[in-house]
Amino acid sequence: MCSRSSEPRERATAALLSPYRAGVASVVVVMLLLCACEREERQFSAQGGSSPSAASMAPASITLSDLQPGVSTQARRGERELEVNAFSISEGQRLYEWFNCNGCHANGGGAIGPALMDDVWIYGSAPANIYATIVQGRPNGMPSFRGRIPEQQVWQIVAYVRSLSGQARKDAMPSRTDSMQVKPRQVALPREEPKSSAPPSGNQP
Amino acid sequence: MAFSAHAQSSADEWAIPARDFANTRFSPLADINAGNVGSLTVSFTFSTGYLRGHEAAPIVVGGRMFIITPYPNVLFALDLRSAGAPMLWRFEPKPSASAQGVACCDVVNRGVTYADGRLFFNTLDGQTVAVDAESGRELWRVKLGNINLGESMTMAPLVVKNKVLVGNSGGEFGVRGWLTALDAQTGRQLWRAYSTGPDKDVLIGPDFKPFYESDRGRDLGVSSWPPGAWQRGGGTVWGWISYDPELNLIYYGTSNPGPWNPEQRPGDNKWTAGVFARDPDSGEARWFYQFNPHDLFDYDGVNENVLVEIPVNGTPRKVLLHPDRNGYLYVIDRASGEVISAKPFVHVNTIESVDLKSGRPNYSQSRIPQVGKVVRDICPHAGGGKDWQPSAWSPQTKLLYIPHQNLCQDEEVTPANYIAGTPYIGATVKMYPGPGGHRGALTAWDPVGSRVAWEITENFPVWSGALATAGNLVFYGTLDGWFKAVDARNGKTLWQFKAGSGIVGQPVTYRGPDGKQHIAVMAGVGGWAGGVVAGDLDTRDASAGDGWAAAVPDLPKFTSKGGTLYVFSLK
Repeated sequence: MCSRSSEPRERATAALLSPYRAGVASVVVVMLLLCACEREERQFSAQGGSSPSAASMAPASITLSDLQPGVSTQARRGERELEVNAFSISEGQRLYEWFNCNGCHANGGGAIGPALMDDVWIYGSAPANIYATIVQGRPNGMPSFRGRIPEQQVWQIVAYVRSLSGQARKDAMPSRTDSMQVKPRQVALPREEPKSSAPPSGNQP
Repeated sequence: MAFSAHAQSSADEWAIPARDFANTRFSPLADINAGNVGSLTVSFTFSTGYLRGHEAAPIVVGGRMFIITPYPNVLFALDLRSAGAPMLWRFEPKPSASAQGVACCDVVNRGVTYADGRLFFNTLDGQTVAVDAESGRELWRVKLGNINLGESMTMAPLVVKNKVLVGNSGGEFGVRGWLTALDAQTGRQLWRAYSTGPDKDVLIGPDFKPFYESDRGRDLGVSSWPPGAWQRGGGTVWGWISYDPELNLIYYGTSNPGPWNPEQRPGDNKWTAGVFARDPDSGEARWFYQFNPHDLFDYDGVNENVLVEIPVNGTPRKVLLHPDRNGYLYVIDRASGEVISAKPFVHVNTIESVDLKSGRPNYSQSRIPQVGKVVRDICPHAGGGKDWQPSAWSPQTKLLYIPHQNLCQDEEVTPANYIAGTPYIGATVKMYPGPGGHRGALTAWDPVGSRVAWEITENFPVWSGALATAGNLVFYGTLDGWFKAVDARNGKTLWQFKAGSGIVGQPVTYRGPDGKQHIAVMAGVGGWAGGVVAGDLDTRDASAGDGWAAAVPDLPKFTSKGGTLYVFSLK
């Protein structure tokens, strides 16, 4: 299993520098391994690892407003730490259906709840914001799932939700579906630029 | 002020959403008629300030108009005696905002109803409220539904013999359906009849005499389900109630069973997707007929039951007309529950025929949903040949005017996971236009000949109610905002007006204090069909809006949100 240590990179570099006989083919193979290696980076337990730290989830670190007097001090905390790979996204998709998220948000296009595949983020697009939305609920119909979904699984749902608008690496996103095709393949959809906006009506779902 | 003591409407008024107990939506007013409707113009408008689907009927009694909005269910009283109909009062019930999360098909309200100086309506979060029509003061309110179990309330109450009849919504949330009678004076609960479970909960006793064999037996509301599944089996009562004072029976339909995935509920799933006849005094059931035993496609049985008398083989019979979601128009003897005829009024390929001997539909085997398979070309789609939008009956033409859609779908069912208060569906659907390519129609149906008298096709599904008048006119609205008057005899369009938003409301007519006949309707696109606009759905996902994204992806180009009352009269 791959790890994130620098060891494989060093070996790869050595392979690239070695005289010729390795050939172009091996370079390609190594490059593929590299991609595969990063892509398959995954976390198997809820302990430690790459889940956003408790500090980044403290209420004081979650911001719902773009308006901060003077210069913005907002760092998008949590975003970089979120584990995003094919495994977390596919697990997130399974859980998204299992916890009936699709009953309200469909396959990203929305229904009872707002669309998740567009560029509108009423309560924030950062992983910590989405995590907070799922756990806390929101006033206009979003249920609070606190105590109902294990923390690590919430993060996996967060990874999947972000992938719906292209906020994930293309090589980590599912390329085909096992179910009835209801939308273009995720990798074929554009990456949306998240905007902390309200829907055109001003309604706050 | 002259508020009369009735729950039906006088000739000049429109006191309850369906106008009369028989649910005809027919007005005897004829000042506006096929000859002069061309000069109909706007006399006043009123903006409600809300932008979700406005499905309610304006109510007119005693020189006042009462209108109710979608969530947050604000009730307005307008003074028809003064120019421009200024607001007399507004009543804000302030329902829980979280209720919006358990409203399957937009946060609609289908109307306020009037009886004996009081107004009655339901709030989205499951309350029934009584308000004094004169002052706008709250008289009582009772909490009947629980959003944490997925219950909401959207239907218009009916008042019969001093009892306020109300039912719940939530067939897509694994709710257990019921109809409840409340004392109109106090709000005290008099009886509740569940749509699933043991006979004592369903109020089935010795007087229950269903016409067909398959509805007879003990506790069928339990035994026609897998163990315990009836507790989350749907059968909600979110549609229309009619009343026959002579037989002293009320009639209402029950919703689809939950979940949509039929593999999770083998059995007939009593008493969902059918019609009950009950004694309003005790609530006891007299008969039941199931349009869709073991429903396969979300075909609720809640559509209106219009009480009329028509000749059957030369003999006049008291029947009810029921255009069902499954696309069949049922003519049922309303004393016995016998189906006299059942014929499709739209393109149907899910049911081959209805066996009048057993009363049961013959389901097309090729259309039965199965886990692990995509079933294509299902007609009509989950919204049915017709949904909640009520039809109108003219005793002059003897035709039923049915507003409806013409849509089909592909469907894949999956195991549904029951989590209280969240959707319980287990199906992905993708809708598209039915044969002919038009997505809606207004069909004039002759129930004696069991045939279409005439039909107007519309580009979009017709999601508004219909209104018929003695002036030989039929009014209806379109999803893209046209309000039309057509000749009741031949369907010729005589007048049309483009409203500011799509029309999903129920048109009404009345004679105002000015002596003139008026036509009123609310515009404000939404509901299940208009959710693409009202809910800002992303139509790149065909499954958005429970499949409607693919049915009307172009709707945002034709109309936008609104919430406006329009009132018309002759120049």
